[in-house]
Amino acid sequence: MMEGDSMDLKLSILSVLEKNAKTSVEDLAKMLGVDEEDIVIAVGELEADRVICGYNAIINWDKVSNEKVAALIEVKVAPQRGVGFDKIGSRIARFDEVDSIYLLSGGYDFLIRIKGRSMKEVSQFVFDKLSTLESVQSTATHFVLKKYKDHGVLMEERHENERDNVIL
Amino acid sequence: MRDFTSDQIKKIKPSGIRKFFDIARQLDNCVSLGVGEPDFDTPWHITEEGIYALEQGYTFYTANQGMPELRKEIAAWNKRKYDLDYLADEIIVTTGGSEAIDIAVRCCVDPGDEVIVLDPSYVCYEPDVLLAGGVVKKIRLKAENEFRLTPEELLSAITPKTKILLINYPNNPTGGIMGKEDLEKIAKIIIERDLLVISDEIYSELTYGKKHFSIAALPGMKERTITINGFSKTYSMTGWRLGYVMGPLPIIEQMKKIHQFSIMSAPTLSQYAGIEALRNGDEDIVTMREEYDRRRKYLLGEFERLGLPCFEPRGAFYIFPDISKFGKTSEEFCLDLLEKERLVIVPGTAFGESGEGFVRISYAYSLDSLKEAIRRLEHYLSQIN
Repeated sequence: MMEGDSMDLKLSILSVLEKNAKTSVEDLAKMLGVDEEDIVIAVGELEADRVICGYNAIINWDKVSNEKVAALIEVKVAPQRGVGFDKIGSRIARFDEVDSIYLLSGGYDFLIRIKGRSMKEVSQFVFDKLSTLESVQSTATHFVLKKYKDHGVLMEERHENERDNVIL
Repeated sequence: MRDFTSDQIKKIKPSGIRKFFDIARQLDNCVSLGVGEPDFDTPWHITEEGIYALEQGYTFYTANQGMPELRKEIAAWNKRKYDLDYLADEIIVTTGGSEAIDIAVRCCVDPGDEVIVLDPSYVCYEPDVLLAGGVVKKIRLKAENEFRLTPEELLSAITPKTKILLINYPNNPTGGIMGKEDLEKIAKIIIERDLLVISDEIYSELTYGKKHFSIAALPGMKERTITINGFSKTYSMTGWRLGYVMGPLPIIEQMKKIHQFSIMSAPTLSQYAGIEALRNGDEDIVTMREEYDRRRKYLLGEFERLGLPCFEPRGAFYIFPDISKFGKTSEEFCLDLLEKERLVIVPGTAFGESGEGFVRISYAYSLDSLKEAIRRLEHYLSQIN
């Protein structure tokens, strides 16, 4: 576990990177008032500990291709003795098509987010790969029609406020 | 034809900040660190309450003094944050902090009364005092004191006609703050000389590394302090036009008359949004404050690298570096910077004569804007050095 000052620094780094993973070491050091070396060490540790698991871009695919589709799939499974949901959960997670998978409380067990090149590709994945797994009891596939917000970022272009109109 | 405008209004000069934006508008590709307005969206849960109020048809006047529910929340918030003991009846909800300053001054100033105003300071204090017929006595604050008011400076400005001291900490334009120990020395003089303080604390939630202290929380000061605060800076709600003034009941009772005859009541939908902000907005403040603090540190680090001297500002969202070593007046420096690099910053003299030699830089801008601004500033300094 992280301790004291080093933890404060790490938490500050995380809150900056969560909003903008592209923030440079140099900028992080200036913003947080520490040496660049401290940032490099802290980020290295966060990566090694898999606190930071990766750095993805948030992309509005609608702008570059009409084909790509995303779907959310509800999955009910029969948990297995000794390993509960973990065995089937990690197995599903290994598929490249699976973007995220969460174990949930409530009416069904897993929520899977799938990205595919086409509706056909997604359907094929569900029919061939997912529903044929032994412990999967049922699936319900919901295709995404439009994304308004992803990873905390609004997809639509924001209008700029006319801020320079005032005397302050 | 006669000139119908009053002598009083002609005494007032237009704001010196305005000019720079007018020039900037004519130029393409300008980068501005000029505006003193938060760049964050109003937190959505607050905006949502405003929308809901409209949907519910709450589109009429409220009680003149402001909704009782909102005033109750304002009192509770100020107790919780700064240990201030105002009752809901000792609060008037205003159309932004600006109205609050105006009605506080007009309520207490008779023609000929002297009002001590700090120099440099925000641009509306002097005009407000002049419009009320008061006489402005300026105290020229010093950079070596981090633009805090010292007891010696205060004593030397007091005359038999002095009635009011007008202060603003955390400060626009310097970013300076005054702590409890600084204010205690001031309060002692205020009480001895039987003066009133109007304290504009609109930036109270934006302090870095030190919690804001309110002068009205000192013993014997509540009855001689008018405290002004609002939602614009704290919750990034400038366009909602919502502020408030708190003071001793006998003063507030009189002040209400100006408010009700000129404004009627603050915007209704904003008052609903304000209740939500005070009840559930603490985390929003923390998020914004942390972001401002990171930008502040970024700029301080960069100014040090560029050799721009400045004290460490611990409040608001301004840095006030000293540019006197470049051999230009503040205005020349800023105009030159605007023409050559298309970077808008505001000369310290827009806030009073003692701002000469300084420029005000706002960090209510994204990090990308700050970086671009620093790039241009660095280029400019390398050319004139």
